[in-house]
Formats: sequence, structure tokens, C-alpha cells
Amino acid sequence: MLKAQNLTKRFFGLLAVDSASIDVEEGSITGLIGPNGAGKTTMFAMIAGFLSPNSGQVAFEGNDITGEKPHLRARRGLARTFQIVQPFAGLNVRDNIAVGAYLHTKDPREARSLASQTAERVGLGRELEKLASGLTIAGRKRLELARALATRPKLLLLDEVLAGLNPSEIRDVLPIIRSIRDEGVTILMIEHIMQAVMNLCDSVYVLSQGRMIASGEPRAVCNDPAVIEAYLGHGAAERIRSEGAADA
Amino acid sequence: MYSPVIIIEALLNGLMLGAVYALVALGLTLIYGVLHIVNFAHGALLTVAMYLVWLAFDRLGLDPYLSTAVITPLMFVIGYGLQRFIIGPASHGSDNGILLVTLGLSIIIQNLLLAGFNSDTRTIATDYAFEVVPIGPLLLGLPRVIGLGVSIVTAIILWLILDRTDIGKAIRAVAKEKLGASLVGIDVAHVYAVTFALGTACLAIAGGLLMPSFYVSPTTGAAFVLVAFTIVVLGGMGSIPGALIGGLLIGVVEAVSSLFLGDSLGQIGIFLIFILVLLFKPTGLFGARG
Amino acid sequence: MIGNREFLYALAFLIVIGVLAVVGLPGNILNLFIFMMIIALAAQGWNLLGGYGGLSSFGHAAFFGTGAYTTAILQTNFGFNAWVGLVCGVAFGSIVGAVIGFLSFRAGLRGSYFALITLAFAEVLRVLANSWSVTGGAAGMLVRLQNGFTYLQFSDRRYFLLILIAFVAATLFLTRWLERSAFGAYLVALRENDQAAQALGVDVFRIKMQAITLSAGVTALAGCLYVQNFLFIDANVAYGSWISIEALFAAIVGGAGTIIGPLIGSVVLLGLGELTKSFAGGIAGIDLVVFGVILVLCVAFAPNGIRGFFSDLAHKRANRMDAA
Repeated sequence: MLKAQNLTKRFFGLLAVDSASIDVEEGSITGLIGPNGAGKTTMFAMIAGFLSPNSGQVAFEGNDITGEKPHLRARRGLARTFQIVQPFAGLNVRDNIAVGAYLHTKDPREARSLASQTAERVGLGRELEKLASGLTIAGRKRLELARALATRPKLLLLDEVLAGLNPSEIRDVLPIIRSIRDEGVTILMIEHIMQAVMNLCDSVYVLSQGRMIASGEPRAVCNDPAVIEAYLGHGAAERIRSEGAADA
Repeated sequence: MYSPVIIIEALLNGLMLGAVYALVALGLTLIYGVLHIVNFAHGALLTVAMYLVWLAFDRLGLDPYLSTAVITPLMFVIGYGLQRFIIGPASHGSDNGILLVTLGLSIIIQNLLLAGFNSDTRTIATDYAFEVVPIGPLLLGLPRVIGLGVSIVTAIILWLILDRTDIGKAIRAVAKEKLGASLVGIDVAHVYAVTFALGTACLAIAGGLLMPSFYVSPTTGAAFVLVAFTIVVLGGMGSIPGALIGGLLIGVVEAVSSLFLGDSLGQIGIFLIFILVLLFKPTGLFGARG
Repeated sequence: MIGNREFLYALAFLIVIGVLAVVGLPGNILNLFIFMMIIALAAQGWNLLGGYGGLSSFGHAAFFGTGAYTTAILQTNFGFNAWVGLVCGVAFGSIVGAVIGFLSFRAGLRGSYFALITLAFAEVLRVLANSWSVTGGAAGMLVRLQNGFTYLQFSDRRYFLLILIAFVAATLFLTRWLERSAFGAYLVALRENDQAAQALGVDVFRIKMQAITLSAGVTALAGCLYVQNFLFIDANVAYGSWISIEALFAAIVGGAGTIIGPLIGSVVLLGLGELTKSFAGGIAGIDLVVFGVILVLCVAFAPNGIRGFFSDLAHKRANRMDAA
């Protein structure tokens, strides 16, 4: 569904993403993980059109969209959330979500009722009239999700929707994400919380220092020595293996 | 066509007028560089300084260059008070709030001056207003030559203040990283007000330099606002050398374009430069705080 | 969401003025109302872009003046009637808006930079109009007095006020439509957060272009009507900063980004200005001092203008009753 090939992004000589590729299967939940500063959010920004890559291509449903503006990608069915939440602070929850809904209907009444339904779906049904600026962090994360959903995406890019939530809030959101996939929306998510990744993702890509160092089924990727080293430092994989051997 | 002497004289006159422009822009760019605000009241404050110079001459018979020595600290205090007690608190720190508060202040000041002094243009008649300094075949007005010299000295003093003194270091710290500066114990509101005061003090000097060869009316400063903004944008927002070079450049452009287009149409050159610079300089320079 | 009630109050207020005018008002009060309505129109134009879109313009004179000059020139030099002048004036005003918008938004200007560049554009037009022969140069232009509905000039000025009231009411409906439409939702969204709006499929550039075109058209309308009332314009009246400032002040003081804010603002500001002038006698500029003070006070204590101030009060009272 989404194919990003050899994406490279430089910021004033700093190589943020170095020839990274990613392939998201239709109907899957794909994870993008990696240590802090690996370039995950930059990768997302290039996929969603907020940054243009120095080289490489992005294709969505077989069409090359590398140079396309973000709003056109949204119209194709590619929606994103932001790691640092970006609510329309002065609007209430319903109007926030309605902005997303207007992508497919120009009728205000329809957009607003769609917004209410979407709010219900992510658990914001009781806060429709509340100003976005008055929501808790968990509430704002849900709002990000709801707004993106209201555009009726085919592919949803989630940038750390679970970060900053407490365990019980995470437990509430996980089934929501799964239900979104079950309704036919493909998901690509950046996530730090490994439990959630293992729990949700069909396949995982690992980005480290701008390079894609591993990909595949979550369990296999987690045992990949290159991945362990990327997270825990040089020699860590060896150490863990020898400790494991000693235990056994 | 004009003879080369006339054109060169126009260029030099422009350069000297530009030096005073640069002084006005210096204050504006300093305030922008540190507070990250567009001070729309800058022109009105220049008018205030010019009226003070005029009053000192008219009522007390003080020579403008002499009275500037008193008016400069006075304008410093006015600037400090405005930022500390009006602009800062009233704007709640939002960009739009600051823009509107300083716009409101400029309207208040301009019309108070109108109410107090009516719309007559006021001038100062000094013995040296029409003295000339002959350089080869060129004849340059004395007030403008002094203007150039004093502007350069003022810029150097300002640079020394920023570079060498403790408050200068605090100002640079706040300009770079407001939060960090406040964490190490710098009183940000005070530093903001001092910066604003320094910028306003520059206007007093500019006023003193302008009055012997220029006039003042309540709207004089308004005419300078866009000129000063043009210089600041041209030189790069917040850059002191940029303001100096931009000021000189704009002075030359104005002198040359009014030579060829006449006084009324001549102003258009500056506005067009302003528009073109804003449109075609990379937006990153401006969009950051937008 | 703005209640229907205050929209109806605003309409009722306009009707009351209209009825009063018909019943009979002293000439100076009638003139004050006429001026209030002209400023309310200009301010509503400003509000569409500055209030809803968050793009504060300091140069709406560019549109006001274009409307005024277009009407004056078509009427004086080409003998067209006022309605043709009005339609063309609004059209040209919109075009000027679109051109300024295209250049500014393509360069990504917003905030202070947008404010300054609009001011510079208005100044360029002022200088040009001041030296161009078609616009009468520095001497300005006189518009011939021709009474009659087709010329929008009336020996009885009450009719003119009624027409103005109708136009103001029309812009209230226009703004209400905007507030309830997808376009309005997009405009507010980009004001609140540009990036998020793009991510949701909003073509930010296009929405801004539509907003500035509409906004310029409404303010140009105010210019067209101004000419019919005062029958004289020069560059400093048409493109001078006074109208940019009054449009902005009225919208912000009344409540930017609300339907009735600009109307409230222009009535309150001009009303207070008139009172000040009558108390202070002939002191020039004193009314503008009052405007400036009110603006600063509003920014400090009532960021959402007079309308916001009262609705906040109402909210607080409601909350207190909830708590009790």
C-alpha cells in the first residue's frame, strides 16, 4: 500500500535519514521503532509530505507522491497524527474533529454528526463541548486520533499516540487501534512502548541513526543482535547471549 | 541628465541621511533581536524625541546637540517604563498582542502630540544648519556630516555595551534562550525593558541629529516606521551590522530615487524594496516566529 | 458556537436604527450612524480575514481605496451609474486582495510580517494615487452630485442610511454563513494550527486566498459607499492608514472572529469618539487617543473584545450557578 524507497534527508549536513525504505502491507499494523533521535519522525514527515526528501521516493497505492503537498496526500487517504499534539486549541472537541470530517462532506450538519460519532469511537463522547485546550494529555492524544480518523483514511500514520499515557490509559487505547485496523484501515505507527508494539504489530521496522537496520516479525526483530546493539550499545548483544548461556 | 557632481552629492547625502536611518533601525532591530517583537510604536517614539529636542530649543534655547545629552537618558527611562509596565503586561506575551498594543500606543502618542502641538511642522533655526563642509568639488551639509559621525559612534557604543557589560551579556543570553536565562537567575522582564529602553534611547540621539536639518510634526515618525522596518528586514531581523548597512543603503536609494522620481513618488522605492525583500528572502528567516 | 440570539439582537439593533432614522433623527446623529455603518462594513471585511483567519492586516486601506476610486472614476469619468460602480469597485477590490494575498501567502508570510507587508502595499497604492492623473493626483477627485436611487445619492440622507443598514445586515448573514460552512471551519482551523489543518487535507493556501478575496471585497464595498456619501476622495482618504486602523480597531474591540463583533466595535468606538469630541471641544486627534487607549485595554483585559467580555461573564455566571 505504501512504499517508501531509499528516503534520505539532510539538515545542514546532518544526515537525519539515510536511504531508508519501508513497505507497508494493506490491512496490516506496521511498527516503526528505534532509539531516540533515530529519524523516525523525520521519516514520517517525509511520508506525510511535511518534509521533502533529498532523494528517494514515496509511493502510495502505486502512485508516486514524493512531491505532493500534505493536504493532497490527506485527500488520497493518508492521515497522520503528530507526536507533539497539535489541537485547534480555541475550538471544542466536536469542531476539531469536524475539520477532518469536512474532507468528505461539505455539509456542516453531516460533518458535525460524523465528528460526534468519531469522538464516541475514541472515547471522547462525553467531552464534545469541551475546548481542546482544556483536555488532558490523554484526551488530546485521543483527539489527534479522532481528527485523523474523521478524514476516513486508508492509511493512518500514528506518531507515538501512546507516549505520555499511563498504563491504564494505554490499555484503553490499544483495542481502539486494533478496531480501527479491523475496520480496514492500514496503520503505520511509531512507538516506544515495546509491549504495545509486540501486542499490535504484524511487522516492525527498526531505524537507527537514520538507517533501517532490521525489519520483520516483531519477535524476530527484537532478538536481532543489530537491534539490541542499537538500543543498548556496542557489545550488548554478545553480553546478553553469554549471560543467557550462563543462566542456562 | 544630471552632472556627476550632483549625483555624487545625492549619493553622499543619502549616505549621511542613511546613517540616521540606521540609528533608528538599530533600536528597532535590537528590540526585535531580543524580545522577538515588532515594535510598531518605534516611529511615534522617535517623534516624541524630536518634539523634546524642539521644546528644549524653543523654550530653553538649548542647542539640539546639547539637549540630546539630557533627552537620551530621559527616553531610556520612558522606554523602560513602556515595556515594563504597559507593553509587557498588556500583551500577555503573545505576538499578536504585542503588535496590537504597540500599534495602539503609536496611535495614542501620535494623537496626543497632535492634541498638544497641533499639526504644524516645527523646525529649529541654528546658525550652523546651512553650513557646508567642502570636500573637493562637493559641498556637504554640516548637520548631516555630524549625523554620520555620531551614528557610527553610537553604533560602536551600543556594540560595546552588548559585548562588554554584564547587562549586555544578560541581553544576549535572553535573546538566545529566554527560558535558560531565567533559569540561571536573569530577570527576563527587566532585561526586556532595558533592551527596549536602549532601543528607545537610540531614537533620542536620532532625534537630536535630525532636528537641525529636518522638521517635526505629529506624523513625522509614522513616515519613518516603514523605512525603519525596511532597513531591519533588509539587514536581517535582529542584526546590528545589518541595520547599519541596510540604513546606509536605504538612505542612498531614497536620495537617488527622489532625484529621479521627485519627492512624492520617490518614497515608493523604499516600499517596493520592503515588499520585494519580504517576498523573496527565504521565508525561514521570517516564518520562525511568524 | 455563537447563539442565534445575539445574531437576532444585532439585526434588531439595525432595525431600531432604521426605524429611528425614518421617524427622524437630528442631522449630526444621522451622519454619525452613517459613518458607523461604513466603518462596520470595512471592519466586517477585516474580520473575515483577521478575525476568522488570524491574518491581521494593517493595510485594508488598499481595498477600501480601490473600491472608492473605482466607483468615483467610473461615475465621474465614464458616466456609469453608482450600482455599476459599486459592483466594479467590489470586483477590483477583491482582485487587489487576491494579488496581495497571492504574493504574501506564496511567500509564507504571517503574523507581524503579513501586517507589515499589507501596510506597505497600501502605502504604495497611496503614493501612486497621489501622483497619477487618472485618480486626480494630490488634488483628489470630486464626485458629481446626482440624486436618485441609481446614483445612490439622496437629498434625504435617511435613505442612504437605510441602504447602508441593508448592506451591514447582508454582511452579518454572510459572516453567519461563513461560520457555519466548511470554508469557515477550515479558515478557523488554519488560524489555530496551520500544520494540523494541512494534515487533515486543508489546502491552506487556497483557503487563505479565498478569505482575503472575500475580505477585500467587503471592505471595498465600504469604500464604494463612502464615496457616495462624502463625494470627495484623495489618496490620503482612500488609501490612508486611518481606515486600515479603524477597521482593525473596530473588529478587535468589538470581538474579532465573531459575527457581531465588528458592528459592536464600530458603534462603541465611534460613539465614544463622538462623545469625547463633544466634551473635549475642538482638540484634534483626541478621539483617536481614546481609540488607542480602548484598544490597549481590550488587548490587556478583554482579548476577545467586548463581545467576548460579556460572553465570558455569562459563562462565569453560568458556572457559578452550576456550582451552587
